[in-house]
Amino acid sequence: MITVSRPGVLSTVQDLGRFGQYHIGMPPSGAMDPFAHRVGNYLVGNDEDAATIEMTYQGGAFEFDEDRVVALCGATMAATIDDEPINMWEAVSVEAGQTLDIQYASNGARSYLAVAGGIDVEPLMDSRSTYTLIGLGGYEGRSLEEGDELALGAPPEGATDRIGSAVDDEYIPDYDSIDSIRVVFGLCDYRLTDACKERMTTEPWTVTPDADRVGYRLEGPELEFVEREQPFGAGTDQSNVVDLGYPVGSIQVPQQPIVLMQDAVTGGGYATVGTVISVDRGYLAQKRTHQELYFESVNVDDAVAARKAQQETLAAIRKSLE
Amino acid sequence: MSTEHTITAPMPGVFYRQSDPTDDPFVEVGDDVSKGETVCLVGVMKNFHDVTSDADGTVSEILVENEDAIDVGDALIVLETEE
Repeated sequence: MITVSRPGVLSTVQDLGRFGQYHIGMPPSGAMDPFAHRVGNYLVGNDEDAATIEMTYQGGAFEFDEDRVVALCGATMAATIDDEPINMWEAVSVEAGQTLDIQYASNGARSYLAVAGGIDVEPLMDSRSTYTLIGLGGYEGRSLEEGDELALGAPPEGATDRIGSAVDDEYIPDYDSIDSIRVVFGLCDYRLTDACKERMTTEPWTVTPDADRVGYRLEGPELEFVEREQPFGAGTDQSNVVDLGYPVGSIQVPQQPIVLMQDAVTGGGYATVGTVISVDRGYLAQKRTHQELYFESVNVDDAVAARKAQQETLAAIRKSLE
Repeated sequence: MSTEHTITAPMPGVFYRQSDPTDDPFVEVGDDVSKGETVCLVGVMKNFHDVTSDADGTVSEILVENEDAIDVGDALIVLETEE
């Protein structure tokens, strides 16, 4: 068991997500940066879907009442075990009675604490992910608070043999240097003028303080819609269309864009003019409020190739840790 | 002898000196603050988070304007502390 002695700003239990429920309005939730989440689990010998603790902007402090192997992956957060500094992206041993204390994020926005055996909250619809908006899943459906006690699963065999194994530097993302986010335009990009689409991919966008697990609200060039008489069933604003499903990663444009993330709104009547490709959603999730980024237009083949390349990287990391 | 102590931003967001636009600021230059006392708020992810002083002292300088954008680690408020 681990006890939360300081929760941080927004720390939640997450796995890879809750799938197959989108049609009832239930988004997947799950780790915002699944790459870092997966690598954390590889390091401690877990299945990649084991639940980790996602910490946003600030780390937490956690007291262990049993020996465990842990790994911290994602945004750079200085961390100590009983005041001794530890490395990130490395399997580290915590002993019963020790406290793992994690500071704020300096490169990136989110870090994942993987613990051998995983965080053992009760699964809901086959997932341990937290969906805080309606208070379901994870630990009591909410972000962690001081004094919470988290049960742990049985550690995988050989977990302690992994202590000291680390991810090679070449695989560790430098989040703050990644400012190009790839987008496939559609389904409703016909609502934007060509000049507007051009501006969307050449001018910078700034992450607003509202950006969270539901959506990343951005600020940038003014959008320009193709003038039309609104069809039956669509709202009166030029940004409205007849209701449709919103893909996770889609960019909806209630004037300024919102990129829908893991706790996405699943449908509605705003034009969705493009979709951030899955690999780059993880990078977008590592952007802090006020940071700048650019959209780069790609096609579906590029998106699939990027996903395949990342899967190969993950396989290489996993192999390097065996 | 007095020394300077700087309170830094524990997270990125928007800096607020008061909890409501019509309220008085949490602190003004010259105010005494004690460790653990709220000195400002940071608004991020649709929530407001208290920033508390990590030392006892007297506010000598407020380095950021109300509603300015701040990043984690930015210097916010300077205290004069008794050593």
